[in-house]
Formats: sequence, structure tokens, C-alpha cells
Amino acid sequence: MTDQKEIDDHSGVETTQHVWDGIKELNNPLPRWWLWIFYATVIWSVIYWIFMPAWPLVSSYTPGLRGHSDRANVAQDLVEMYAERAAYAVRLNEASLEQIRSTPELLEFAIAAGDAAFGENCAPCHGRGAQGAPGYPNLNDDIWLWGGSLDEIAYTIRYGIRNENTSSHFSQMPAYGADGILTQTEIDDVTEYVISLSGGDANAAMARRGAGIYAEQCAACHGPTGGGDRLFGAPNLADREWLYGGDRETIRATIADSRFGVMPPWEDRLDPATLRALAVWVHERGGGED
Amino acid sequence: MSDASSSGRTPSHSNILMRAILVYALLGAGLVVALYVASNAADFAMRVHGGIFALAALAALIAVTRRYGSAFQQPALAGTGDDRGYNFAIVKVGTVLSVFWGIVGFLVGVVIAAQLAFPELNLGLPWTTFGRLRPLHTSAVIFAFGGTVLITTSFYVVQRTCQTRLFGDILPWFVFWGYQLVILIAATGYLLGATQSREYAEPEWYTDIWLTIVWVGYLVTFLGTIWKRKEPHIYVANWFYLAFIVTIAMLHIVNNLAVPVSLMSSKSYSLFAGVQDALTQWWYAHNAVGFFLTAGFLAIMYYFIPKRAERPVYSYRLSIVHFWSLIFIYIWAGPHHLHYTALPQWAQTLGMTFSVMLWMPSWGGAINGVMTLSGAWDKLRTDPVLRMMVVSVAFYAMSTFEGPVMSVRAVNALSHYTDWTIGHVHSGALGWVGFVSFGALYCLVPWLWGKKQLYSNRLVEVHFWVATIGIVLYITSMWVAGIMQGLMWRAYNELGFLSFSFIETVEAMEPFYLIRLAGGVLYLLGAFIMAYNLWMTARGPSAAPNPMRAIPQAAE
Repeated sequence: MTDQKEIDDHSGVETTQHVWDGIKELNNPLPRWWLWIFYATVIWSVIYWIFMPAWPLVSSYTPGLRGHSDRANVAQDLVEMYAERAAYAVRLNEASLEQIRSTPELLEFAIAAGDAAFGENCAPCHGRGAQGAPGYPNLNDDIWLWGGSLDEIAYTIRYGIRNENTSSHFSQMPAYGADGILTQTEIDDVTEYVISLSGGDANAAMARRGAGIYAEQCAACHGPTGGGDRLFGAPNLADREWLYGGDRETIRATIADSRFGVMPPWEDRLDPATLRALAVWVHERGGGED
Repeated sequence: MSDASSSGRTPSHSNILMRAILVYALLGAGLVVALYVASNAADFAMRVHGGIFALAALAALIAVTRRYGSAFQQPALAGTGDDRGYNFAIVKVGTVLSVFWGIVGFLVGVVIAAQLAFPELNLGLPWTTFGRLRPLHTSAVIFAFGGTVLITTSFYVVQRTCQTRLFGDILPWFVFWGYQLVILIAATGYLLGATQSREYAEPEWYTDIWLTIVWVGYLVTFLGTIWKRKEPHIYVANWFYLAFIVTIAMLHIVNNLAVPVSLMSSKSYSLFAGVQDALTQWWYAHNAVGFFLTAGFLAIMYYFIPKRAERPVYSYRLSIVHFWSLIFIYIWAGPHHLHYTALPQWAQTLGMTFSVMLWMPSWGGAINGVMTLSGAWDKLRTDPVLRMMVVSVAFYAMSTFEGPVMSVRAVNALSHYTDWTIGHVHSGALGWVGFVSFGALYCLVPWLWGKKQLYSNRLVEVHFWVATIGIVLYITSMWVAGIMQGLMWRAYNELGFLSFSFIETVEAMEPFYLIRLAGGVLYLLGAFIMAYNLWMTARGPSAAPNPMRAIPQAAE
């Protein structure tokens, strides 16, 4: 070390005279703009602390001149929102379908509430457009397993299907193959008969043999001509619409192993007005029955 | 550990024997415990990990036996070894593994980016679901790639700037391989479902204890080397490395305070509950960004940029002021991850204001990095390695501006939980951490393997552009996607009902997920190009005997 200053050739700035592995350091001052912006952020922070909740004390905190509170604001917003909706909610719960339909603002409210609730709760299975998926019914058509009136739809949403709720819809189709009720050949024959019910391309001889088994085993729920029965949620087999699929393989699998489609009871999660709004929304998709 | 005081002295045979016995006793005890756990643990993950620990102990026994065998024949080998020159063997291994972990981490990133666009790629198996691969990706890039780069470069830089051999004989190797063991245990644990579910701190309690032991060894190695330095002053890069090592130790220990279900179980429960637990977690995670990914990599920048540019660091004073302001202010910023949650509002205020005040202290490093090039700007045209490092500083400046902006509560109300955050993290990770690491690796390989230059500057050029385009695709797609997502979430009609369901916001993201995937693929491609270039460099013809190997005997 010497007292003589070392000046960097390029910049004309003195160095700190330290060298590490060939690296030197210039003794440039702090850039002014850098320092002033730093000070500005500090001053801004202090001002923010003065106005807003900021520093912890022993058992409380400095509330700030504005007395701002997120929690209070959110609570207030929720109170206002529920108050705004309350009038509609009460009317919706009491109104009949005719009354809802004849009151445009009530219908509008029900559709808006139902749409939001459907998107968050129902869309994962039934699809955002309520178009359904294999095993999950399409809600836009006029085919209803458990009934398509406003009250029937509301009941299904409220209590669900084949769940632990004592009021839920319940039925169970036997697993004809897995439980050994029918032989493989018999199942193949019934499969052909079911295909023939909706005018499909079935093996005539097998379908004839299957007709007898059908009458004995299936007709009690699905009806003598395959029309289905809403009492049991038994699908119509003659309408060319299929819940799980209408190809030979899928039908055979349904007969052999049965199906057990479950829907949760939404009364556990949604308030009555939302349940009602959902029923209106589903009903007004186009297939609702009076 | 007597090395430090007995500089240059040759230990006696009995001294070596004593040390060997101690090391054998520790390894033997470790082996017994590991085998016991492997056969008696309550869950599969713990048994697998007992087995991995046992294998590691066996490998260590073999390595130590060979080391002490040669030490007995040549006792000088067990001394401080300054006459043997710098310990570059460990830096070489670290360089290779850094490249390896980088590629692994980027590859898993590409896989999970693809899973978001094509959910079928989860394959329906528990081990390959996004939920398990995502921490594998974050840990692989931050801790496997980033951590190995930090340990490797710190071992190189501290030796060069202190002009002395790395402290300890077995200790640095213990630190290095012990840390690799942490990575292995963490990664296999994620795949087997053993996780604390704490972001960036997912490994379970026994991994945390092992990392603590390794980290103390790291601190001792680093401090020991600084202690016996032959330079009067400690270089700024070493301040940053030290801040990184010390603070990560504190963060790691506090955040991982947990009670295991039993000593034979991989499951543990945090000591904290509710919002205290959340705040501890984000205090840790934000400062992991601050002290691992910022301070640690600033240390890399402070050595490799002036070295490569052959220019003095711009301002010594700025380095002091921004160092102290950075580490003082960063530690307060964590609560900005919990805006509009159960966290008391005063804590949110402090998190936000300290984040805003952090802006200039962060930029101090960027100024020092970029301005160091004054007098050498022309090298940006001719040296793609230097360009890569300078662009990394530009990304650093950009993301340390974006961070404070996003910490402002009004902005955070829109950005929080969206992919904007993912974009922000990746402009820092891909642009800053990745590029400055690549720059350091491009410098290190010719230096360590004694080559005059890289195999191909042209390939560095290609790597630079491929990766830069990848980053730009990544962050712009996530900006658009994140802001769109935030706006869709908060859109509601005049009756107060949400305009979009969650699944609609997910559907809207798909094109941006695809663009992000393309960006990630480009970045990974760049890493492969680098690996090839470095491989060919190491294999290429040597320059004259490596002039950097010997330690100058008389320091200035």
C-alpha cells in the first residue's frame, strides 16, 4: 500500500488500491439518481405508515390516520351484497315457475345466480355448457332420468343421486355378469335386443333370444318396449340417446357390470336460494317440463 | 480442524490416525442408523431413504479409506496443502454436476409445462403427477442447479480472491457430496410423496437435519478459507457468499422447525400453526429468493463480470451501501406474499413498503455489474459470454423492479395467484440466475481444464439467442395469461355474480401454456448446446501448463 493514489486510465477515477486475483475497484461515488430514488421510496414508505396500519405494538398496532381495515371493508361489502340479493332470494324461494317466468327481473336474477353456481359446482362433471359427458347427463335436452319439472330438478339438485343422504334418489341395476345372474351368451343376446330397441343394427336371431330374457329381467324397470321409468331413474333404451355409450361393447359392459352413477346432495353446500336458482337455470336450458 | 492454525505444518502419523478413527466412528454410526431405518421404518419413503443414506455412508467409507491410505504414505497430503495449489478438483466436479442438474431441472420444467397444456401427460400415476413433479422441478433448478453452481463458484472464487487453498481436506468434499445427497433424498422423496408441503422447503424433517449439518460444514469451510487468506481485505463477492450462507442457515432452521410423527416416519408436523405458519413459510421462501437467488448470484456477478471484462468494479462505495441495504431490507419483505389473507394488515403494510424500499438496493448490484463494462463496451460485440452475463444483469434489474411493483397491494390484488407470478419468477430464474450461471460455467471450464478458449464462441452465440428467445416467449406469455386470468377472476356482473367460472379461466390459458412450453423447450435446447460446447472444450487441446493453478507465494 502506498499513499499515492492510483488512477484508472480509462475513466480517470481513482481506485481503492486493492487487488483481488487481478480485480480492482474504482472509487466512484454513489450515483445521485440512485440515492434520490432510494430516499424517495423511504419517504413514501414513512408516509404510508402514517396513514395505514403499519407497526406492531405490545398488544395492538398503529392503526394509521385513515383507520383502514381490510376485514371491516370486506365485511361491509358482503353485508351490502347479501342485502341487495336478499329481496330476490326470498321471492325466488316462494315463487312458482309461472311466477318466476312472468317476473323478468326475478328470472334474470335466477339465471345469473344459477349460471355462476353451475360454473363453480356442476361444470366439472356436466361440462360448462351443461352438455354432459359419458356417465354425466346432458342437461340441455328434454331427456330426464328423474324428472324434468322445476320441482323435480330442484329435488335432484338438493338431495342428489345414490349418495349417503337419506332423501337422495336411489336405484341399483343388477350386475348381470359379475353377479352370475346371466351367462355370457345370454348377456350377448340381451345386448343385441337392446340395440334393436332403438332400431340399431342387431343380430336378429340373437335379439329374438334376448327378447325373452329382457322381458324377464329388464322390463320391470326399463319398460316392456324400453321406454324407461323415472321412478327408478331407469333410462329410456329406445331413444338412441345413451348415458354411457350406445356401442355394442359399452352396452354389454353396462349389462354385465352395471352402473352406479352418483351425484352429491348439494343442500350440504349451497343455500336454498342458490339451489332454487340452479334448478331454474337447468330448467330454462330448453328441456324443462312444466 | 487443526489445519487452520498449523499452516504449512505436516501432521504426524498419530495425528492422522486420530482423525481417521473419528471419521470412521461417525461414518460407522451413520451406517448402522441408516441400515436400521432402512429395515424398520414405518413407511416406504423412509425405508428407501434409509437405504440411500446407507449407500452414501458406504461410499464415504471407501473414499475416506483411500484418502487416509495415501495420507499415511505422504503425511504432507493431510496438511493445509497450500503447496499443492488450489483445490480445483472439487470445482471441476461441481462444474460438471452444475451442467447436469441444470439440464435435469429444465427438462422437468418442460415436462410439467407440457402437463399443464396436456393433462394426459400426468399418465395417471401418482409418481408422475404435476403435484409431485412441480417441487421436483423447483428444487432441481433452485437447489440442485443453483445450489451446486453457488457451492462450486464460491469454492473457486474464495480460493482465488483469498489466494489460499480451500480450508480443510475432507471437509469441503463432505460439504459437496453431502449437499448432493440432500438433492437425491429430496428428489426421491417428492416422487414417493414424502413432503412437508412448504414451498421451496418440501423435504421432510430428516433431510432438513442433514442439510443443516452439511451447511454448518459449508460455513466452516468458507470462513476457514477467508480466515487464512493472504489478501488484506475480503473481496465483495465473498461478502455476498457469506451473507447467502449465514442467512440461508437461519431461514432453513426456523422454517423447518417441525415434530416428526415418529423417528421411523417420514411425516412431520410444523411447530407453527395457521397464519404464523404461513408467515414463517413466506418469510423463508421470499428470503430464499433474496439470499439464495439474489445475494449468492450477485457474488458470482461480482467476480466473473470484472474478471471477464478485465475492468475494475465500477464503485466500491456502491457495493458497500447496496450490500448492507439489500440484506437489511430484504429480510422484511416476505409478508407481501400474503396480501389480503388472514395475515394482519400491519404486517402486509410492512411487507409492501420494505419491498418498495428494496428496489434501489437491488439495482445497486445491477449498476455495479453493468457499469463495470465502461471502457469495455466493445467486448459485448466480440464476447458472447460477457454478453450473456450482462444480459443476466438486465434481467436482474427488470425482475427486481417488477417485484416491488407486484408487492404493492393494489397490483397484488390483480397479480396474486395468477401466472403473472410464474412469469416474474422465471424472468429472474431463467434470465438472471440461469444466464449468470451459464456465463460463469463458460468462464470456468477453460480455466479449470487449462484451455486457451472455449471450443466454439459461435455455439455460445447460438445458446444466447435460443435461450433469450425462450425467455421472452416464456415471460410475455405469462404476463398476458396472468393479467387475463386476474381480470377474469375479478369480473362480475351488476348482481354481484362472477362472470366466469374457474374452468373457463383455465380454458382461456391454454394458448399461453403452449407458448410457455415452446419457450421452455428453447431454453432447454440452449442448455444442451452449452453442455456440448463445454464437453468439447474440456476435451480439446490444452494450452500451456495451467498458469492459474499455483498459489502466488507472496501476496501483494
